[in-house]
Amino acid sequence: MHFLDFEKPIAELEGKIEELRHLTDDSEVNIQEEVQKLQAKAERLLRQTYARLTPWQKTQVARHPERPHFGDYISRLVDDFQPLAGDRSYGEDPAIQGGLARFRGFSSVWIGQEKGHDTATRVRHNFGMARPEGYRKAQRLMRLAERFQVPIFTLVDTPGAYPGVGAEERGQAEAIARSIETCLEVKVPLISVIIGEGGSGGAIALASANSVYMLEHSVYSVISPEGCASILWRSGEHTKDAAEQLKLTAQDLHKLQVIDRVIEEPLGGAQRDKAATIDAVGDVLEDELHRLRAFTGGALKRKRRDKYLEIGRVGLS
Amino acid sequence: MSWISNYVRPKIRALVTRQDIPDDLWEKCPDCGQMIFHRELEKALRVCTHCGYHLRIGPNERMRLLFDSGQFTPIELPETIQDPLKFRDRKRYSDRLREARAKAEATDAIMVAHGRMGGHPVVMACFDFSFMGGSMGIAVGEGLLAAARLACMQEAPLLVVPASGGARMQEGILSLMQMPRTTVAVDMVKEKGLPYVVLLTDPTTGGVSASFAMLGDLTLAEPGSVIGFAGQRVIEATVREQLPEGFQRAEYLRDHGMVDQVVDRRELRDRLITLFGLLTRTTPEARIVRIPEGSLKLDGPRVAGGGPRIDDGRPTAEPQPADTGEAQQQPAEKRSSWSLSLTGRSRDKASGDKTPDKPKAEKAKPETAKSDRPKDTQKGDKQADSAGETGGHAHAASADPHQAGGDDETPATDPDRRAAE
Ligand SMILES: [Zn+2]
Repeated sequence: MHFLDFEKPIAELEGKIEELRHLTDDSEVNIQEEVQKLQAKAERLLRQTYARLTPWQKTQVARHPERPHFGDYISRLVDDFQPLAGDRSYGEDPAIQGGLARFRGFSSVWIGQEKGHDTATRVRHNFGMARPEGYRKAQRLMRLAERFQVPIFTLVDTPGAYPGVGAEERGQAEAIARSIETCLEVKVPLISVIIGEGGSGGAIALASANSVYMLEHSVYSVISPEGCASILWRSGEHTKDAAEQLKLTAQDLHKLQVIDRVIEEPLGGAQRDKAATIDAVGDVLEDELHRLRAFTGGALKRKRRDKYLEIGRVGLS
Repeated sequence: MSWISNYVRPKIRALVTRQDIPDDLWEKCPDCGQMIFHRELEKALRVCTHCGYHLRIGPNERMRLLFDSGQFTPIELPETIQDPLKFRDRKRYSDRLREARAKAEATDAIMVAHGRMGGHPVVMACFDFSFMGGSMGIAVGEGLLAAARLACMQEAPLLVVPASGGARMQEGILSLMQMPRTTVAVDMVKEKGLPYVVLLTDPTTGGVSASFAMLGDLTLAEPGSVIGFAGQRVIEATVREQLPEGFQRAEYLRDHGMVDQVVDRRELRDRLITLFGLLTRTTPEARIVRIPEGSLKLDGPRVAGGGPRIDDGRPTAEPQPADTGEAQQQPAEKRSSWSLSLTGRSRDKASGDKTPDKPKAEKAKPETAKSDRPKDTQKGDKQADSAGETGGHAHAASADPHQAGGDDETPATDPDRRAAE
């Protein structure tokens, strides 16, 4: 288990519990009791900590290396996943994964950034930072979904689009713009979940959807707290302030009516119970799919546009 | 209609006054460092007379330079929520806004106006880089939406001139949301079959480049403009190598297939007029043929028959030989209620050239009277509302052969019209 800096007290307690457990063979009765007491204490601490996460702490949870990623969702939520590769004009970008799958009976297209889970896969997926090919593949898959009238699910988890020379040369800006446009055009249900980090243009490129959900401890922002601090405060020391000011938590975004709903995470964050997190997301997606299926393609497109036109009338007081 | 009475309160601003600059002022070119006499610089539209560097210009100056006779009508932009996040960095956002407004040409980083270019009605939205780096927040998004709605109502092309570092961070996620919102805006224009042209100026980066700015039917750029998604320092820090020569400049983007043309500011107006003409007057100018007495039955059904052609699914930007083939069809086409700006001409023809056919001329009149003058108001609303549904080929306006009013700079392709006037 990887602990975040603010989880140190919890880590210590859990370490102690682990030690005591190894001692139980020495048959002292109160060890059992002691373990239970410590466990209750650890849980209380975990509950307290996670009920009061600051925006910066949430950012850290959202980036937790053991948080479930796109691949975890796919292997648990869908059957017959068929990954589809390439943008048909330049290349294949492993930062964005996508394909056809059966989700609770429904054929569907799944698209999302994959961050990877160890050094090799992180490098392979470029830490979830896509290049133009990735966004163009996403557009291709969205059009495929539209052609066969199957719903689209996008799982967003990216620090942002990749800032590289080649990416710029091949039209990173255009690829993102066109991806947003495609999201807004397709005449099938499009449902998005921010499962970890919703990093700026790289996120909205996949998340201009009919319904947008966020996991409880995910974040979604126009710029990373680090980037914002360095531009507006001209100092990396103000990252926490930037996280605070940007209002990037699921709870604030719900108040701003930018997202439709916050999906609860297990106690201590998604990383503590991947299966429960993924199932909770699956249930929300299934319900919403049933709701959206009642609308015609034209209505879905119109509703999606209207939804975005409405955003921005509400502020935080 | 309600939208127009609410938001489009036109304040005629003819020939906006130039700042008073003392006669002996020289300016230094930020690129080559040479001194340029300010009058020379103004005459060259603020393009360095030594090296061709394009100095930044504000929205007023840009519009004065592009619209016919420098005349245009700015529209008042919708009021939007101020400082929605109560954002504070080293300074309060509300204070930054107040300071920016005190110095600015408009209430936020965008100015929207309508006017004519070479006679074509055009709606223009220009960014003001001097207003918080031209950054895009809710107000800018609303400005682009207003511009798009106005273009749809007037059936006019939309020209957008970004000059922006990207999203306005102080509005957090709500600034990010302007990316889909402005995409909806320009798609409304495109779905109505109206040209959406982007002129990228220095700089166009971040969330602005990654939304409406890269979605133009045509994309022009001013020489030397920095255009791209990520900032150069960020890229350098990521790739840890020197960036290529000319990286993210207009010419570089053109060479990499992202921009149609890089156009010198001094040629810009003519170039845009030509392009708008090519996109809106897609068939040869109508030739007026005398129609034998009594052979013309052009009333209700004929006109109604003109409408559905629009839905026949063929790419309407193509020339339509049928239009020119039979003289009798011309008036019906021209009278179709799909182009506001067209009707002025059809009236000219109907009343001026077809005098023998009196009933027809009279018939044409009530219709044109209804839809001609108050260009902003008539059926624009209706069509704007349904724009979302038509999904693609409603190239109604562009199917019509002409949209020009009467300007001397209109290419003299239509002597008949001149005669009629
Ligand atoms: Zn110079």
